[in-house]
Amino acid sequence: MTEKCVFDVPQSVIDRATHYCPGCQHGTIHRLVGEVLDEMKLREDTLLVSSIGCSVFLYNYLDVDAVEAPHGRAPAVATGVKRARPDNFVFTYQGDGDLASIGLAEIVHAANRGERLSVVFVNNTVYGMTGGQMAPTTMVGQKTTTCPSGRCPESQGLPIRMSEIIAQLGGVAYCARVAVNTVKNLGQAKKALRRAFEVQATGQGFGFVEFLATCPTNWRMTPVQANERIAAELIPYFPLGVFKDAPKEECA
Amino acid sequence: MAERIFIKGNEAIAHGALAAGCVCYFGYPITPQNDIPEFMSTAICEAGGQFVQAESEIGAVNMLLGAAAAGKRAMTSSSSPGMSLKQEAISYMAGSELPGVIVNMNRGGPGLGDIGPSQGDYFQAVKGGGHGDYRTLVLAPATCQEAYDLTIAAFDLAFAYKNPVLILGDAILGQMKEPVTAWKPEARSADEAASWRLSGAKGRPKRLIKSLFLEDGALAGQNLRLKEKYERMKAEIRFESFQCEDAELVVVAFGSIGRIAKSAVRTLRAAGFKVGLFRPITLFPFPSEALAELARQGKRFLTIEHNLGQMVEDVRLSVLPHADSAFFGVMPGNLPMPDDFEQPIRDCLGG
Repeated sequence: MTEKCVFDVPQSVIDRATHYCPGCQHGTIHRLVGEVLDEMKLREDTLLVSSIGCSVFLYNYLDVDAVEAPHGRAPAVATGVKRARPDNFVFTYQGDGDLASIGLAEIVHAANRGERLSVVFVNNTVYGMTGGQMAPTTMVGQKTTTCPSGRCPESQGLPIRMSEIIAQLGGVAYCARVAVNTVKNLGQAKKALRRAFEVQATGQGFGFVEFLATCPTNWRMTPVQANERIAAELIPYFPLGVFKDAPKEECA
Repeated sequence: MAERIFIKGNEAIAHGALAAGCVCYFGYPITPQNDIPEFMSTAICEAGGQFVQAESEIGAVNMLLGAAAAGKRAMTSSSSPGMSLKQEAISYMAGSELPGVIVNMNRGGPGLGDIGPSQGDYFQAVKGGGHGDYRTLVLAPATCQEAYDLTIAAFDLAFAYKNPVLILGDAILGQMKEPVTAWKPEARSADEAASWRLSGAKGRPKRLIKSLFLEDGALAGQNLRLKEKYERMKAEIRFESFQCEDAELVVVAFGSIGRIAKSAVRTLRAAGFKVGLFRPITLFPFPSEALAELARQGKRFLTIEHNLGQMVEDVRLSVLPHADSAFFGVMPGNLPMPDDFEQPIRDCLGG
C-alpha cells in the first residue's frame, strides 16, 4: 500500500523549528498565513513587513521577501512598499504593543487612507519579548510586570478594542476578530484571513484581522490554561466576528 | 537647450528630485519647506509617481524606508522639529543599508524655535542624529542651482552607497527665488536590477532587509562593514575654495551663510585684505584634508555659522595641530548681511 501525504508544510512556510515558547499561538497563525498565501498563489508576489517583538522573526519562517520596520511603523513602511510596488501583495504582522500603542497613528491612518494592504494583528494582551509588561489590550485585573497588582482602569484605562476602531474607518474594506483556540474558530480564522487578503488582491481597500492569541509564559499559565483563558476571559471582552466587509467608501 | 526656470530653493529640490527619477515622495507640512510637498502633490503624480501626505514626519520617513526597500528612488522632506522625529527611521535605514533622500530645510531651534533660518541642526545631520553608530552623507547647497544639482547627486549617492543621503538647506535657501538651469541626467535603470531590492521571491531565494543582528559577532561585522563604507564615502568630498591661495585668513562657512560670507570676502578683497572662503559642500564626509593642507600652509581660520558653534569643532579637528579656528556665530531667526561679517573678519586679520 502506498502512502498518501494528506497534511504537509505549506510551500510558503519554511520547515524549521520556531523560537516560540510552548503553547504560543504565533506558530499556528504563521501556518494559517502560509496556507492562505499558498492557496491564493501569492508567495512569489508577497512582500512582508515584519514588525517588533516576538513575531519580528516571522521572516525566518516564511519563504517570502521581507523588510523589518521600526517599532509600530509597519503600516507606514508597508504604505511605502505598496506605493512603490502596487502589483505586489503586501502585508504586516504586528503585535498588540506595536499596533495598539506605539503604532496607533500609523495603523489608523493607513487604514483610513484605504491603503491596499493586509494587516495580521496578534493580540495576546501583553508585551511578550520585552518580558511581560502591560499592553493597551491587557485585561482589567491582569497582572503584568508593570501592573503587578493587576490592570486598574482608573489609572490605566480599559483595554483597547482595535477591531472596533478600525472597522469604522472609511478606507477599510474588511475587518474581523478571530481566535485559534478551537478547531471551529481556527476554520473561521482562516476564512477571515483569506477575505482580508482578497480585498487587497481585488483592490477593494484595507484588510485587517485581529487574532486573539495566547502567551502562556507571560500569563504564567500552562498552554492548556492559556488556551482556556481565551474562551473564558478574552472572547467575552473582545467579541469574535466580522466587523466590516464592504468595499472602501468612495467620496460623494 | 537646457530649460531656464525661476524658482525657489525648495522648488529647485523638488524639480531636481523629479529629474533624478524620484517616483515616490512622502511628506508632512512644516514651515519653511512646504513648497516641496505642495509642488510634489501634483508634479510627481503627473509624472506617474506616488505622493502621500503622511500622518506625521514619522509616517513619511517610514514610507520612504518601505519604498527604498522596494528599490525605488524616493524622497521625504521636513524642517528641524520634523527631522528630530525622522531620526529613528534614518537610523534603521542606515542599519539596513537602504537608499533614500531626506531634505532638512533647517529652521531655528531648539524645541519649536522659530520658522526663520538657522544652521542649528549641523550636529544632528553630520554626527548620526539617531541612535547607534552610523553616518549619513550630507550635502549643503548654497544656491538654488546647487540645490537642484545636489538633489540629483543625492539620489545617485544614495544608491551607490546604499545609505540615506541628507540635503541640509535652510529657510534662506528654501524661500529665495533664483534662475535655475534645469538639466536631466541620464535615466538610471540600475535600481530595478539591484540584487537586494524586494520584488517578490519569484524564481530566486527570498530576500530580507533588516537591521537586527543577534547572532554572536553579527552586529560587530555589520558595523565594521558600515565603517568601511563611511571611509569609502571620502571619494565624494566636495567643497568650494575661493581666493584661498594667497589668503592669510580663510573663512569657513557652509550653505547660505557660506554664500553671504563670500560676498563679505569679495568686498574685503577689493579693499586689499588677504582673505579667502572655504565652503564645505559635503558636511559628511567633511573636507578635513583640504582644510589641513591650508593649515599646513600657515593660514589662519575663522568659522562663521548660523548657530552657537557646531561645524567649528570639525574645522578645529581638521586644522589642528597647525592652526586653530576663531568663531563667529549669527543667532537663529536673523537673516545676516555680508556687512555683518566684515568686522569679525577684520578683527581676525588684526585690523
